[in-house]
Amino acid sequence: MSDRTNLLRRALPVGGLLLALLVPFYLSGFWLLLGVMVMAAAIGAIGLNLLVGTAGQLSLAHAFFLAVGAYAYCWFAGAPGPGGGGITLTGLELPPLLAAVLAVATAGAAGLLFSPVAGRVRGLYLGLASLALVFLGQHLLFNLSSVTGGFNGRSVPELSVLGFELTGRDPELTLLGVPVGDRERQWYVALVCVVVAYVFARRVLAGRPGRALVLMRENETAAGVVGVPVSRYKAAAFVLSSMYAGLAGVLLAQAFQRVVPEYFGLVLSVEYLAMIVIGGLGSVTGAVLGAAFVTGLPSLLSHYSGLLTFLAEPGTSGVDPAVAARLVFGVAIVAVILLEQGGLVALGRRLRPAPRPPAGAAGQGEPGPPPDPASHPVLPPQDMTTASS
Amino acid sequence: MTRLLELLAVGLSLGMLYALIAMGFVIIYKGTRVVNFAQGSLLALGAYAVARIAPSAGFWAAAAAGIVITVAGALLIRFLLARARGHDHMALAIATIGVDVVLTTELTRRIGPDVLSMLDPWGAATVRLGGVTVPQARIAAMAVAVVVLGLLLALFRYTGWGVAMRAASADAEAASLMGIRLGRVATVSWMIGGALAAGAGVFMSTFPSAGLDSHSSTIALAAIPAIILGGLDSTHGAIVGGVTVGMAKALTAGYGSELGFLGAGFGDVMPYVLMVAVLMWRPSGLFGTREFIRV
Repeated sequence: MSDRTNLLRRALPVGGLLLALLVPFYLSGFWLLLGVMVMAAAIGAIGLNLLVGTAGQLSLAHAFFLAVGAYAYCWFAGAPGPGGGGITLTGLELPPLLAAVLAVATAGAAGLLFSPVAGRVRGLYLGLASLALVFLGQHLLFNLSSVTGGFNGRSVPELSVLGFELTGRDPELTLLGVPVGDRERQWYVALVCVVVAYVFARRVLAGRPGRALVLMRENETAAGVVGVPVSRYKAAAFVLSSMYAGLAGVLLAQAFQRVVPEYFGLVLSVEYLAMIVIGGLGSVTGAVLGAAFVTGLPSLLSHYSGLLTFLAEPGTSGVDPAVAARLVFGVAIVAVILLEQGGLVALGRRLRPAPRPPAGAAGQGEPGPPPDPASHPVLPPQDMTTASS
Repeated sequence: MTRLLELLAVGLSLGMLYALIAMGFVIIYKGTRVVNFAQGSLLALGAYAVARIAPSAGFWAAAAAGIVITVAGALLIRFLLARARGHDHMALAIATIGVDVVLTTELTRRIGPDVLSMLDPWGAATVRLGGVTVPQARIAAMAVAVVVLGLLLALFRYTGWGVAMRAASADAEAASLMGIRLGRVATVSWMIGGALAAGAGVFMSTFPSAGLDSHSSTIALAAIPAIILGGLDSTHGAIVGGVTVGMAKALTAGYGSELGFLGAGFGDVMPYVLMVAVLMWRPSGLFGTREFIRV
């Protein structure tokens, strides 16, 4: 039986990947755009989950690092010239692919700059301190207008390699009778990035650094005693998570084609926190599921608002799709913390047909705290241990 | 010179309001070890209730009702979180973020594009004190803040509940073994936290601010630098931090034209810059208990 589960375990990702490769041939632009946004958000959420779920360091600064990634890409790849509102933009006009790499590095460097705080401050304190970055970031985005374009934002150059646009329409390309336009290409770029980000995070967590981070979260003193350089690891987790956010920012910028400062506010940080809590703290798969839920819900609600008659038109005082989505994920955060701290991933584990003996006790469908809650401050990262065993 | 004095007066009155908000955070944290991210939406809830009730019942009755409603809201959160007892403080803090999202979304939807007035007796009247013009509402706010904060500090120091709370915050397990009812301490802490949020919400929405709008719940976030500056678990720190933040904000905004190179609206960011600077120097704030670990 375990052979069969093993086979399933191997077949599932391959099948899923094949399906994802075929999607652009069948679905329309709306679904492709939604998919790109979900995949970009998934990358950001994986990064945040490394920090919050695994290392136990709360951060509300994720929106800031997304902004750094998105704007750094625009600045490195963008051309100087007049922007909106009488602003003269600057830009380095580097090759876009190099600009994307530099943008991710810049996000990491911004994380490193914050490491004197991120490395020394613990858990909740970091959550409060990281708020500073969101507000500072907003201030910079509005005021550093030669780089960011100020209030009106800045248009995003296409990602391209040797004149072939990876996220645009030029040159035109038709595959098996299906035109591969900008949304299709963005889908593939995002897919490659999300797979790399997913596998990398799994490897980091399954290896030595991941175990060190978990130990640090459970007992910082013990980690220090066995030789984990605690503050360096905290800072490293922060830097890695900001680089993930940077990559997510670059991809989101491609999907939006124009970046505006308003988007990168505290609300966005809270949305990313919602993703990892709903998906499952400490789990890479959970981050992806949570990203799909939080990103997908508002779009789906407004797409089907014709069918969902209880939702009001946007702009009226009733519950419009955006408000409904926010209410749902606010309630979902509370419900996950109170009822099932493992989030969607743990829910999926419960529904699995043949749970292994240790999971059997939790599989009775009774919502409640785990047997010994004191020793499991967040979620024990079972996801990772099963992956490596 | 008068300009400096005027800015200092504005900063002090604003700072006392931040001290009220910060005190709410600190009391809830000391009593329960939960950082309540929903404090901002509680503040907006109180002000919203006052704005809706005041036209029919008058300001004072509305203020009382607003405080009762906010305290009820805070207690609701407290008992919701109690269902997750045993979970760690970060998870509980995240749960309060969830509560905040729900409450803020609903209040924002109800307020819409309106700016609601508190219909308070002070209106837009001002007083001249030795060449310095100060809004009456801010003087009332300051008086209320001084009385309330003084009462609270006396409460911590001299009453049985104050001792119980300090004991619970120093070592919850030992306090519980000594017969202190942690549940009761938590309930009272949340009630005080809620009442403080409502009071601060009302005064934050009176003159010179235009009234309660859909962004008002972010006001409490500006008190977060105050609690970090002072130290999360220090009541004195909350007051010092609050006044520091108020002063820093008022002075940076007041001298905005001289500080133009920092960009427009730097006053709102200044507290956060201060906070990061203090954290680099002292990771648990100016008056916070330094964490030390016995192995």
